[in-house]
Amino acid sequence: MEIKVVMGQRLLRANEEVAQKVRERLARSACLMVNLISSPGAGKTTLLEATLKRLKDRWRIGVIEGDVYTVRDAARIAHLEVPVVQINTAGVCHLNASMVTKALEELGEGPFDLIFVENVGNLVCPAEFDLGEDAKVALLSVTEGVDKPAKYPLVFEQAQLVLITKGDLIPYLEFDLGEVEKDVHRLNPEVPIIVTSAKTGEGLEAWCQWLEERLRQKKEAASVTA
Amino acid sequence: MHELSIVQSMMELIQESAAANRVRRVTKVKLVVGQLTLAQPDLLQFAFATLKPDTIFEEAVLEIEERPLVMRCRQCGETFEPEYIQYACPSCGGRCEVVSGKELYVDFYEGDTEEEEHGDKSGDGATAASCQ
Repeated sequence: MEIKVVMGQRLLRANEEVAQKVRERLARSACLMVNLISSPGAGKTTLLEATLKRLKDRWRIGVIEGDVYTVRDAARIAHLEVPVVQINTAGVCHLNASMVTKALEELGEGPFDLIFVENVGNLVCPAEFDLGEDAKVALLSVTEGVDKPAKYPLVFEQAQLVLITKGDLIPYLEFDLGEVEKDVHRLNPEVPIIVTSAKTGEGLEAWCQWLEERLRQKKEAASVTA
Repeated sequence: MHELSIVQSMMELIQESAAANRVRRVTKVKLVVGQLTLAQPDLLQFAFATLKPDTIFEEAVLEIEERPLVMRCRQCGETFEPEYIQYACPSCGGRCEVVSGKELYVDFYEGDTEEEEHGDKSGDGATAASCQ
């Protein structure tokens, strides 16, 4: 007998359910999770190294590294004596909530104040997958050119913060910061944009302040519901 | 290629529903995909073709309906179809919202159910089950 079954469920529902569990778990432990998204080579790991050097003595931090192959990024983070778990997706171009759940288990109870997830370098696919994070942070390096927000709108629309990286190279490039800001704000009118350089330290203070403000908000929210 | 994950997720959802509805063979799947998901129909088809052998989808056809990005102004109510997301209304400058373009869901699927043991052949195609 032939039948037609009407569905209508969102396809990534399964991922969203797992992400919600991650979110609840992080809320209970008052831990802030930040999902770093950019194209390959934008400087996620380098920015993370600079950030960890500034914050690791003040907060209990863990890192989840997502890569298609290799443990190179995790090895860089481990040098800083910060707990780190490497996810190798073996071909998959994004992290999903199940992978993060496993990585959190491996990372252990900590306890942690702050967990960074460095997503697979890719501006398209990671935007579709909720990991249960508190904030998505989009990185755009000045060497990539100004057209990325227009070409990859979803990541920039969803980001709670946009970091321009490798800002020390701006004098050598035709990088029109005003145009990028205009394009990003067309997608996401309220989002803050910080120009950073892991090399010179430009913008790192503002970025760390942003993180610490979110951290304090998370702790307050947890103490209210506790 | 997030298309592979999308198709895997689609097949899992339908498999669950098919088991509940005693569908042993899926013949057609209709998927609705919004422009903003950046999922490419040809890559979805490719992923489906790769994954379907030796499953209940072996002979199924995947139909994809693409939905364009549609935005509406909260102030003047104007709707328009911009190439990219644009929160400022082209008419009055007011704040706009996305009306359509983020869709990513299975609309329906069609298939053959297991034959009833007592040989009831009177089901003439009008059966529709919702599993929402």
